[in-house]
Amino acid sequence: MRRVFEDELNDLHVRFSEMGMMVNEAIYKSVKAFINHDKELARDVITSDHLINEREVDLEKRSFELIALQQPVTTDLRTIVTVMKASSDLERMGDHAVSISKSTIRVKGTTRVPKVEQDIASMAELVKEMVNEVLDAYVKSDDKRALQIANEDHGINHYSDLIYETCLEIMQKDPATVPGSMDYLFVSSYLERIGDYVTNICEWIVYLQTGKIVELNSNAKEDDF
Amino acid sequence: MAMAIEATEPDKTAAPPIIDTEDVHLWYGSNEALKGINLTFKEHEITALIGPSGCGKSTYLRTLNRMNDLIPGVTIKGEVKLKGKDIYAPGNDTVSLRKEVGMVFQQPNPFPFSIYDNVTYGLRLGKQHTREQLDEAVETALRQAAVWEEVKDKLHDSALGLSGGQQQRVCIARVLAVKPDVVLLDEPTSALDPISSSQIESMLVALKKDYTIILVTHNMSQASRISDRTAFFLQGHLVEYDDTKTIFLNPHKKETEDYISGRFG
Repeated sequence: MRRVFEDELNDLHVRFSEMGMMVNEAIYKSVKAFINHDKELARDVITSDHLINEREVDLEKRSFELIALQQPVTTDLRTIVTVMKASSDLERMGDHAVSISKSTIRVKGTTRVPKVEQDIASMAELVKEMVNEVLDAYVKSDDKRALQIANEDHGINHYSDLIYETCLEIMQKDPATVPGSMDYLFVSSYLERIGDYVTNICEWIVYLQTGKIVELNSNAKEDDF
Repeated sequence: MAMAIEATEPDKTAAPPIIDTEDVHLWYGSNEALKGINLTFKEHEITALIGPSGCGKSTYLRTLNRMNDLIPGVTIKGEVKLKGKDIYAPGNDTVSLRKEVGMVFQQPNPFPFSIYDNVTYGLRLGKQHTREQLDEAVETALRQAAVWEEVKDKLHDSALGLSGGQQQRVCIARVLAVKPDVVLLDEPTSALDPISSSQIESMLVALKKDYTIILVTHNMSQASRISDRTAFFLQGHLVEYDDTKTIFLNPHKKETEDYISGRFG
């Protein structure tokens, strides 16, 4: 009986990893579209988002079934809980990719600031890398790696601060850049949020391995007020 | 027994049920143990019958191969059709019925013979077989029952020397050897340890491609793990019958939910 259960658990893993790849692609495309002012690609991200949402529902349904029918305990149970929690984080990441795409469609035609767009591109590169790494750490159930990845989130926050400062500066200098800058700020905060969700998934990987629920990069502790 | 009424237009979309029971009532003396059970079983599925003690699930299982016939004072009404034929029709032979519908009981009950003779017991009741045919049948049945590797070197030792789990699997092999269509199991693992139970569960899942399996179990997780469909009995009534997923995730009746959640029973 164990074998049937393990097959289903394995199937759950594979489907979760696939969802991770779908989300990663959505983030990649949304940022690429933003940098290249590619409206078409941005629309593509928006219209494909339902696939990510459906996958989350599918993973949830399978998880419920496994819990109700197989009554898993210990690592098996944690695995299923991890998939359920982490898939909802992935789904939110996908939503942020949609938001970035919407900004792309909006920003077209307004006054642009190449320096900020450069920073956003670099920030996005970092986010994409983190998403890749967290999926890999998930597949390998590597909690040590997960802790390292959560640490990389500071780099993203650094970009977010930088973009904020720059936008503030240019908006004061040239009011024509205000509409565009607003979108820059939005996109940067979406990327920053995606980084936070990566941190959440890191927390779930730690939980999967150790059974401990940890809070990595708590926002409340991070900034000084 | 009531005359079988031919269905006017058979449902072409679904495979015909292998067992179809209609309005089955059973009385032990004046005590009505089954109060009109309508159930159909599809081929190559595992159906679990669950419910608290005394709900009638074992009694119902036993009506499917006429095991209640010999109990004094039992009256049965209604219709039990195997592949479209009423098994209670006059002139029906219970020996040939039980070749088609085999049964495995709660306590392993091997005969005090060798393993080989246990498995061939049913075959020897029928027509003559050559030694080779018997050898082959024994190996096939023991393999299907997932016990071949453990007993192949001691086929001529007494079956009573085996562990409980092995005895139960030999008993299952004894049923399988006569190639029934349907295998009935009445709490087949409740006298066994978790490892033996798990071996039997895996075996049943593997067997369903060749047999239809109907299982009475008190073990709710066993029903949820291995069955395709689940029937919930309560006080002689069939309360709910549905896909196991539906029964365990989202049953329609409150009684089902309460029983499965352990609120009573």
